[in-house]
Amino acid sequence: MTIFGPLGFTAPWLLLGLAALPILWFLLRATPPAPVRRRFPGVALLAGLADEEVQAERTPWWLLALRMAALAAAILGFAGPVLHPVPVAPGQGPLLIVEDGGWPSARDWPRRLERISRALTEAAAAGRPVALVSLADPPPAPPAFVNAADLEAGLPGLAPNPWEPSPDLDPAKILPAGRFNTLWLSDGLDRAGRAGLVAALTARGALRVWQPGTPVLALGPATVEGRVVSLPLLSATPVSGDYEIAAIGPDPSGIERELARETVHPQNATEAMARFDLPPELRNRVARFEIAGIRSAGAVSLTDDAVKRRKVALISAAAPREGLELLSPLHYLHQALAPTADLIEGTLEDALVANPDVVILADVGEVAEADALADWVEKGGLLIRFAGPRMAAADTAGDVLLPVRLRQGGRSVGGTMSWGEPRRLAPFPEASPFAGLAVPEDVTVREQVMAEPGPELAERTIAALADGTPLVTRAAFGAGEVVLFHVTANADWSNLPLSGLFPQMLDRLAVSSRTAAPTAADLAGRTWVPVKRLDGFGRIETAEAAAGVAGEVLAEATPGPDLPPGIYAADDRSVALDALARGRVLAPASWPLGVTLEGLAAPRQMPLKGALLAAALLALLIDILASLALAGRLRGPRAGTAVLVLAAALGLAPQARAEDTMPIDRAVEAASNVVLAYVPTGDAAIDRVSMAGLRGLTQVLTRRTTVEPSAPMELNLETDDLALFTLIYWPVTADEPAPSAAAYAKLNRFLRGGGMILFDTRDADLAGIGTATDAGRRLQALAAPLEIPPLEPIPADHVLTRSFYLLQSFPGRYDGPIWVEAAAEAETTEGMPFRNLNDGVTPVVIGGNDWASAWAVDDVGEPMFPLGRGSAGERQREIAWRFGVNLVMHVLTGNYKSDQVHVPALLERLGQ
Amino acid sequence: MSLPGPEIAALSLRREAERTAGALPALLVAAERLAATVQMGGHGRRRAGPGEEFWQYRPAHSGDAARFVDWRRSARSDTQFVRDREWQLAQSLSLWVDGSASMRFTGAPSGRGARPTKGARARLLALALAVLAVRGGERVGLSGPLAPPRPGRAQLMTLAALLGDDDPAPGPDYGTPEVAGIAAQGRAVFLSDFFGDIGAIAAALGALADRGVTGVMLQILDPAEEDFPFDGRTIFESMGGGLRHETREAADLRARYRARLAERRDRLARMAAEAGWQFSTHRTATAPEAALLWLHAALERGRG
Repeated sequence: MTIFGPLGFTAPWLLLGLAALPILWFLLRATPPAPVRRRFPGVALLAGLADEEVQAERTPWWLLALRMAALAAAILGFAGPVLHPVPVAPGQGPLLIVEDGGWPSARDWPRRLERISRALTEAAAAGRPVALVSLADPPPAPPAFVNAADLEAGLPGLAPNPWEPSPDLDPAKILPAGRFNTLWLSDGLDRAGRAGLVAALTARGALRVWQPGTPVLALGPATVEGRVVSLPLLSATPVSGDYEIAAIGPDPSGIERELARETVHPQNATEAMARFDLPPELRNRVARFEIAGIRSAGAVSLTDDAVKRRKVALISAAAPREGLELLSPLHYLHQALAPTADLIEGTLEDALVANPDVVILADVGEVAEADALADWVEKGGLLIRFAGPRMAAADTAGDVLLPVRLRQGGRSVGGTMSWGEPRRLAPFPEASPFAGLAVPEDVTVREQVMAEPGPELAERTIAALADGTPLVTRAAFGAGEVVLFHVTANADWSNLPLSGLFPQMLDRLAVSSRTAAPTAADLAGRTWVPVKRLDGFGRIETAEAAAGVAGEVLAEATPGPDLPPGIYAADDRSVALDALARGRVLAPASWPLGVTLEGLAAPRQMPLKGALLAAALLALLIDILASLALAGRLRGPRAGTAVLVLAAALGLAPQARAEDTMPIDRAVEAASNVVLAYVPTGDAAIDRVSMAGLRGLTQVLTRRTTVEPSAPMELNLETDDLALFTLIYWPVTADEPAPSAAAYAKLNRFLRGGGMILFDTRDADLAGIGTATDAGRRLQALAAPLEIPPLEPIPADHVLTRSFYLLQSFPGRYDGPIWVEAAAEAETTEGMPFRNLNDGVTPVVIGGNDWASAWAVDDVGEPMFPLGRGSAGERQREIAWRFGVNLVMHVLTGNYKSDQVHVPALLERLGQ
Repeated sequence: MSLPGPEIAALSLRREAERTAGALPALLVAAERLAATVQMGGHGRRRAGPGEEFWQYRPAHSGDAARFVDWRRSARSDTQFVRDREWQLAQSLSLWVDGSASMRFTGAPSGRGARPTKGARARLLALALAVLAVRGGERVGLSGPLAPPRPGRAQLMTLAALLGDDDPAPGPDYGTPEVAGIAAQGRAVFLSDFFGDIGAIAAALGALADRGVTGVMLQILDPAEEDFPFDGRTIFESMGGGLRHETREAADLRARYRARLAERRDRLARMAAEAGWQFSTHRTATAPEAALLWLHAALERGRG
């Protein structure tokens, strides 16, 4: 294969054929022009006359260019061009394929598998033995070289790990013996230990490195400042552009979905911050953040207690005294919890309504709402109580919301009136949630409430003083638990609230939450069990029967095979371990000289032969038609055939796709106001009159009534949505085409939905029984598929006679009777006709009075057609307009005005 | 208000008949009008007297049979007079109108300056000539079996019916003169473009000359046929499609075409002269009166 830039040719010598193109230029120039065909009797005299000059016409340059292009394309096509050719890897002997196999590889994992597969195929073709090593999951012993086909079978099972390769890999332990060439599929990230591995590999043979050019992106841990959750987008190389970060968590119904989305715009930087401003309820539901569109464990940032904030209700018995805030029982709790929790203050009754996670009662002797509070705790609430003078003074024997029974009175040590020293804290016992916390030397307790000794006292004590008396006791209560600090929440009885231990203890009790990364001290002393795990692609899996890890390990270690990323839980606390190790700085890998790099641009090899040959064929086809057209042999039916052939060849067979939906702007126009519409007859003159008639009626309506319709529309029964119209004027002519079945279905729906069609045969003749006109017969044919109820000549008391004006005739240019839906049997009530069925609007009004002509006005608003004679004619036009107004009112208001019919009867009743 | 059914049928039949019959008088009227121009042109010599047959009284010579003496005239004088009659024996005039396909040609079928087809012009001239001949008391007919020479206006109607057919059945591409039915010592008029086989024309002339028939050949040509105003690549086809000629540059042929046309015309004229006939050319772009005048004069000349 010969390679020119991005193009390679499998048979480059064929390109010599391009040199022959200028010769073809001369050969292809000639084509005769189209002859004129003439009938000419004098041809008898022409017989035997030869043309003097046999000079071919010049071929048009574009036809020549087309032919040259076709030939050039054919020559190029047969030369076997390949775009972005991939050179075949040379080399003999064993081949070692090294795959980083960490989360940075996940985003382009299919391409890696494809590259490995290709390498395996080539190796199999060359008969080279192959071994495969994944650095993130190093084999326990150096792998042996095997047949490439064997490795290929296991290729689909290969998956990236959610951690990065360990920096302290020993090349000697994972590399096979002997000399071999290496193909290293790198993820493009630099890390410790890579240089050593590169050295070891180059010492064994040639090293070829495949790495993608796309930057590795990762999402850092989330931090919370007030309402804002911010998390960094990290990249190995500076990137620019828009990246979207999605916050994902369960919605109120428990289905996981995207809760929020933010865009970050790194400007040629390796780090950019995404900031989410989330209300607390939403933020507490966020389970993870991820970079949208990237499938990689590094692009996922799991959330833990650092993001979740608890609702804590602070209740004290004493109303805070003004000016003595430092003595307030809640002051120190407030200070400790405000940055990390949402605080609720007020009465216990109000606080329980807000459904807090934790209720803290500071020095409350008698719990006012004991039953409600007990219910709440039983359902899983955490109640923390602090002792104080009131509790010490109260009789707590009947108080169930205490973990231990208290002696009344309490004790005082180290005070002015006592002999003893203030007591220090004892180290926390192993089973305590406080285990692992360092006990400061200067924390002393001067007063406390004392627990009654009991068999369960020891196990309920989670913190004790140096002399063994309980300082903090805890007991389960239903699904929740009750914790009692035997000291006050302020500095009255001890200086514990002043020490740094106090927030840590609250944190351990899952009252507060961390704002920064958990330290070893935060996590120490507990065994953390993974509850959720991330896989290499960033998917969350439930961890089953996984071994727990010690808190110290969790805080220090980077994710690895023995510490997979995920969510770890201990007691009520949870800690997220992201795939991206804490403090990891992503840096691009650099490779020493002599290492072959590939895949940076990573374009795909693309053979162009087929496309070029197809182009040549197409050009030749066009050339045939163009030559025929030029030579005048493409006329009559042949031209049509040729065009069809060309269209079929191009796959562009014209598709007769009718526009079957209503244009949106037309629909908006029809829907935004009342619009009168008419059905076009196909006769331009009649349609123009219909339009002018509806325009005149629209003017009259606008002037006289509150109905102010928009400009009337011509209806397209096939495409328009009839639901948008109210009144349709349908002039019927003798040769009007019938609508399609679909249009009839629409019309029937329109009629059922309360629309009205005014049929106008325009011949004043329909009512004449037996002597139907052409238009009348056509009307019968047109209206047959419509669901029209039985009709009757309009009765004198029909709503139409009084829906706006009082009318007794309904003239247009003629004054014939009209037909409407037959009313149900009229009941006669007390001598007056009383119709029950006044609900519906008559779906059709049929007449032949040529209303449009009577209504029609021209552009300046003057009537278009004369009507009758003199003032009588103008009166008739006025009545015609009034009929139009009544008709529109009837359509729009239905039977509203039919009550008028009953007015005489109602008045008569009232009179009685 | 509408007519009863039978009356409407009768009306439509009549209208159809009128329309169909219309072509016949139209040609005849046109021919009469054309002939009238000849009449008014002062050529009505020797037609002064009211009687057709009477020419003059002359004194009887010796040798005149006694039954030729006009006794009524002789009784008014001392000498005997013989009533002389001119045109005792009417001449028969035979017309041959070329009905071949090539006569259907016109170079300008429509628009301003539209010209009739050669055939239409030939038929018009033939009928006008027939009108003149009938007025002159001559017998006139068409060569061929359809209309042998007869006198009288009734013959005009027959001729008009035969010539009035605007679109006769397509004949051959080029016509050859029909000599059957031409009476010996009669006169003949050939109206054609004479594009056909010149040998056949020569043979016809020879045969007629043998029978003592003299006559006139009028070559009717469209201006396009004389001027050959064509250029560019052209496929020429005869009117019937029987002949084709394709050329890359028609303009190059113009001079040679004209030379051939002139040569043919010379030959026709020479042939006519040899047979005692007269030959001329008529262009359809010019008025038919000139051609009719020439025809009439030529026939008169030949009579002498």
